[in-house]
Amino acid sequence: MWLLKLAWKNLWRNRSRTLVTQSAISFAVLLSVTTSSLQDGVFDHFVRNMVSYYSGYIQVHKVGYWEQQILDNAAVRNTAVESVIANHPDVNALASRIESYALASVDEITKGCVVIGVEPDAEPQITQLDQRVASGRYFEHNDQRPVALLSEGLAKRLQLPVGDTVILISQGYHGAMAAGKYRVIGLVRFGSPELNDQVLYLPLPVAQAFFSAENLVTSYVLSLATDKNLERTAASIHRSIGQEYEVMTWKEMMPEVDQHIQTDKGTMYIISGILYLLIGFGIFGTLLMLMAERKYELGMLVAIGMKKQKLMVVLLIESVLNVVVGCVAGMLASVPVVWYLHVHPIRFSGELAEAYQRFGFEPVFPASTDGWLFVVQGIVVLAMGFLLSLYPLLKVWRLDVVTAMRK
Amino acid sequence: MDTIIDAHQVTKTYNPKAIPVMAVNDVHMHIERGEFTALVGPSGSGKTTLLNLIGGLDKPDTGSIVIHGTDITRLSANQLIDFRLRNIGFVFQAFNLIPVLSARENVELIMQLQRAPKAEIRKRAAILFDQIGLTDKMDTRPAQLSGGQQQRVAVARALASRPQVVLADEPTANLDSKSASNLLDIMSKLNREENMTFIFSTHDQRVIERARRVITLVDGKIASDTARVDTSHRHDV
Repeated sequence: MWLLKLAWKNLWRNRSRTLVTQSAISFAVLLSVTTSSLQDGVFDHFVRNMVSYYSGYIQVHKVGYWEQQILDNAAVRNTAVESVIANHPDVNALASRIESYALASVDEITKGCVVIGVEPDAEPQITQLDQRVASGRYFEHNDQRPVALLSEGLAKRLQLPVGDTVILISQGYHGAMAAGKYRVIGLVRFGSPELNDQVLYLPLPVAQAFFSAENLVTSYVLSLATDKNLERTAASIHRSIGQEYEVMTWKEMMPEVDQHIQTDKGTMYIISGILYLLIGFGIFGTLLMLMAERKYELGMLVAIGMKKQKLMVVLLIESVLNVVVGCVAGMLASVPVVWYLHVHPIRFSGELAEAYQRFGFEPVFPASTDGWLFVVQGIVVLAMGFLLSLYPLLKVWRLDVVTAMRK
Repeated sequence: MDTIIDAHQVTKTYNPKAIPVMAVNDVHMHIERGEFTALVGPSGSGKTTLLNLIGGLDKPDTGSIVIHGTDITRLSANQLIDFRLRNIGFVFQAFNLIPVLSARENVELIMQLQRAPKAEIRKRAAILFDQIGLTDKMDTRPAQLSGGQQQRVAVARALASRPQVVLADEPTANLDSKSASNLLDIMSKLNREENMTFIFSTHDQRVIERARRVITLVDGKIASDTARVDTSHRHDV
């Protein structure tokens, strides 16, 4: 206890120097926590936007479907499996889909399109499809009518207004002939040209009938409360439903997006690393001064009978206290800053905002309030403190009393 | 008589590979318990080196130094620190109190290092402050004490561990004559009343006059060893 007391008193022997050091640490923590929470918030928001666009956080398919996306690889709908997935604590919503290609035709115009059979009630919970309706209206509850929603681009190419009829021709399950005509009840708008120019939605039972694939689905699309436990949730679902299904996260389905995020995060880590390195050099400079100033005193303490190990403990406590005080102050200071940026997120304007909105993304960048961000930064700074405190420890270990006390 | 220090053929050379300087050269010395001894000699004569060797702060190249029955030249670095803590009290020229601790905490530090019980630490500190006449300054920081007062606290710190011997390196060098005289009075009193052994290195004539034995060093060798008060005889070595 008295070692702790001695260390605490030593810490304040030069109040200004200690305050400057602690301020530097606090500032580093504040900056680091704020940038990390902004970065995390931005990526979180981006991912949430992206998965709610189409893919969902996780998809479940029959094994082999992702490799070869054909109707013959569709899974038989299984209410038991659906119930297991829907009851998983991390799963927010579950929607079944059947998806394949078809030729859409009106008069003499024919275009290739992607036909997606969706559950009218469940799908909006994943993709907010009902909110993307630009003209006309969305499907009805448990809709089983031969009606279709067309993406705006596709409707434009087919010169097809709401209320008109589109003819679909395709190959169904096991090579069956698929043909049907559907009344267009609405047009949906997507920012992505890829979706906007080629997607056609049918109610799930209607699409299944069209493809002669009654009771078959190509994918179960899942929404999660958060993607923090993404891989763990996917693995847990996979264990629950068995090996005949493949459970894929959005990272596996869109590896290029994940790679982009990782690259951006890597850049941020480098910037944070440089920031910490600069702060580290500042603290090290203080330690150099401190050790030169206290050389005689340290020699004297060993002379009068203080073991070097005890002296090292005192110096270690001093360093750690210094870092901990700075770190805690930095964390406390960052709480209101992060909270403010969470409640009042950075909002883009101008062309950048338009580009985001075109893709259906909200051009705002809220800060993440994830407590782990604070903990991680705290651990990084503490580790830095421990690392730097090796210098005074080494100096004490090598201390020669007579040399240290030479006038 | 009870021999407290027995130094035999002690030699210490600095820079043995470059330009060797023989700081202590074949010194033989016996100190009995309760002696009040001054080590004198010109600058560079080896006084501080000899004190460092006796105090176990430095190791001799040759010879042995036995303190209270222990040959300290055979002890490891950690054993030496422990030995110093329990057997030797140091008083330095520049006082060297820890500035962030109060006078009392400076004195108690040694006893805390010895892991003495808290009550005993408090009691011993109070007695020592009474002996040095600074009871009213116990909770004062060193910076608020005069040089003389700081050196008296340093003496109390040196005595806190009940050492076998107190080594003082030019203890009065930074003091005015009144403070120096006061300090010497305290040390003489402790020497008489507690039979505490004191060895000083000094240039100060006032210290030399109060010493009951004066050992003169020249070029690392003992040039003379004079006992004065008790026996009043002088013998040159």
